[in-house]
Amino acid sequence: MDLFDILLSASFWAAAIRIASPLIFATLGELICERAGVLNLGIEGIMVAGAFAGWIAVWAGLPLWGGVAVAMITGMMLGLVHSILSVPFGLSQHVVGIGLTLLATSLTFYTYRVVLPEVSSPPKITAFQPYEIPLLSDLPIVGPALFSQTPLTYAGFILAGLTAVVLYRTPLGLAVRAAGENPSAVAAQGLSVTAIRMGAVIVGSGFMAVGGAFLTLSAFDSFFFDMVNGRGWICIALVVFGAWKPGKAVLGAILFAAFDALQIRLQQTGIGAVVPYQVFLMLPYFLSILALVVMSRRAEIPAALMVPFNKGER
Amino acid sequence: MRLEPIEAPSPARRIVPPALAMAATFLVAAALALIAGGNPFAVFGLILTGAFGSKFALLETLNSATPLIFTGLAIAVAFRAKLWNIGAEAQLYAGAVLTVILGTGALGLPSYLMLPLCALAAMLAGALLLLGPALLKTRLGVDEVVTTLLFNFIFLLFISYLLEGPLKDPMGMGWPKSARLTSEARLPRIVEGLRLHWGFALALTAALLVWVINTRTTLGYEMRAVGQNAEAAGFAGIPVTRVILKTALLSGGLAGLAGFSEVSGLKGALTLDLSPGFGYTGIVVAMLALLHPLGVVVAALFVAAIFVGADSMSRAAGVPSYIADIMLASALLFMVLAILLTKFRVRRD
Repeated sequence: MDLFDILLSASFWAAAIRIASPLIFATLGELICERAGVLNLGIEGIMVAGAFAGWIAVWAGLPLWGGVAVAMITGMMLGLVHSILSVPFGLSQHVVGIGLTLLATSLTFYTYRVVLPEVSSPPKITAFQPYEIPLLSDLPIVGPALFSQTPLTYAGFILAGLTAVVLYRTPLGLAVRAAGENPSAVAAQGLSVTAIRMGAVIVGSGFMAVGGAFLTLSAFDSFFFDMVNGRGWICIALVVFGAWKPGKAVLGAILFAAFDALQIRLQQTGIGAVVPYQVFLMLPYFLSILALVVMSRRAEIPAALMVPFNKGER
Repeated sequence: MRLEPIEAPSPARRIVPPALAMAATFLVAAALALIAGGNPFAVFGLILTGAFGSKFALLETLNSATPLIFTGLAIAVAFRAKLWNIGAEAQLYAGAVLTVILGTGALGLPSYLMLPLCALAAMLAGALLLLGPALLKTRLGVDEVVTTLLFNFIFLLFISYLLEGPLKDPMGMGWPKSARLTSEARLPRIVEGLRLHWGFALALTAALLVWVINTRTTLGYEMRAVGQNAEAAGFAGIPVTRVILKTALLSGGLAGLAGFSEVSGLKGALTLDLSPGFGYTGIVVAMLALLHPLGVVVAALFVAAIFVGADSMSRAAGVPSYIADIMLASALLFMVLAILLTKFRVRRD
């Protein structure tokens, strides 16, 4: 198959949007945390926990949206742990984040083994099915790519729009952005920087967990140990690539996912016969590093990112 | 609430929070053991005997501590200078690959040349692997946490390619596995008949050397100054960029040695499961040791004991061995909080 054939096929773009969906949720979550001034390196572990929590809830009998809610709550609880340590106590966001990823991952694996002690392959659930939006799904290429996805993908795009509106059009969004740029000014307005930042981390972590749950409830129908596989770290790169703006971050996620979908398809072409498959699998990670390098010169980074705020010292 | 620095912490102030952190860790583990249907006291007892209960168990714990001392030192050195190296996992594999390339028969060297050569090459490989992210940090301001993390995934895929391609053992029955090291490239056992290898002694030496570097050399002083306040260090005439790069070389080199020691001392060949996350566990080791090189040895022994003990406990009591990972992650989080509370008082507004 030719490169152009791939890029013009609807199934390619449908796959790209599908691959982008979990990244969109998690990237929005990380973006909210960082706009408020907190780097959340717990993202990888929170996604693992969300993937498991949503799946096990559905397996236990909850409806699919119930699973999404359980994942969200799980993520918010982990976000609460992160925010307590990183905001009022102002501990190193690097150490807290890595620690939380280790904690969330090991708690997930432990729970899996306790709940399913004797299984060799994890049970399957009935995952979200594609829902064709009337009329729109009949459009050429765009229809199958954008409007024949699962409801959770649509939810991701709606969430992106909501996040942008809240961040840029509401007093709450202004307060969140100010907490990441100039926390002293927020405190001078009589608002609590601590509360704003903790809230942002908790909500953002909830979104990350839903991103994880997308994998088990929509992309696949089961839970595997290495299923998140660095997607959390990639989302951190996507936030930088998107210059901390929701719209650009979503576009970045789709662009990234398109490359990922492309490498999967290229493996099956003549190039795939010559180049080892590991090279294709490396591409997403290289692309993330490249994105970081290209965007590193821009100065859009929230000024108070990773700077704890302590009212004692002004 | 706000935090207020304590001028002169009392002895109790310095001891009680860390002790409470450890107590809290065991409380979490006890609760989890109960959930899994185990008796917490029996579980802890089994972990203890599993780690120290017999000569075999004890040697297993020391062997398991060896790579953790190396990676713990690698992280401690880097974190002390605020270089966030989360890539020790890849650097370990880089060291292991070089050991395998040199030690599987390509060179006809006697043991006393072969082993130092492999060790140096392993250090160099690990060091160079961290130099990339360090240069991206100093030149372009790219956060090294994400780059080193992403490098872990890239490098493991690279290893997977090597083990299925150029480095694949032709006698390996199709498994992705390297050829075995020649006997000249194997670290001997410290005492004949006991499973403990010289990698452990090398790890202790490395800890001692890092301690000397930290406390007795200009570089050690500069690394700490850069870690405490890079801007101030720059004003004081310390070449910050160069110190960060030297730190990266030292840190990556130590992680590379972990790979050398594991392949040459323990496994004898390279597989994709050489390290069950020693690079990440090294972070916990370094933080529990408060980034002190000699403390790293103690912390590595503690962490190794929990892993080895939990493994044998899991077989006997049926509580999943992931309880060890949970204990270490919670110990890390409780401990960083406890350290803060030894220096600050929490005041209500």
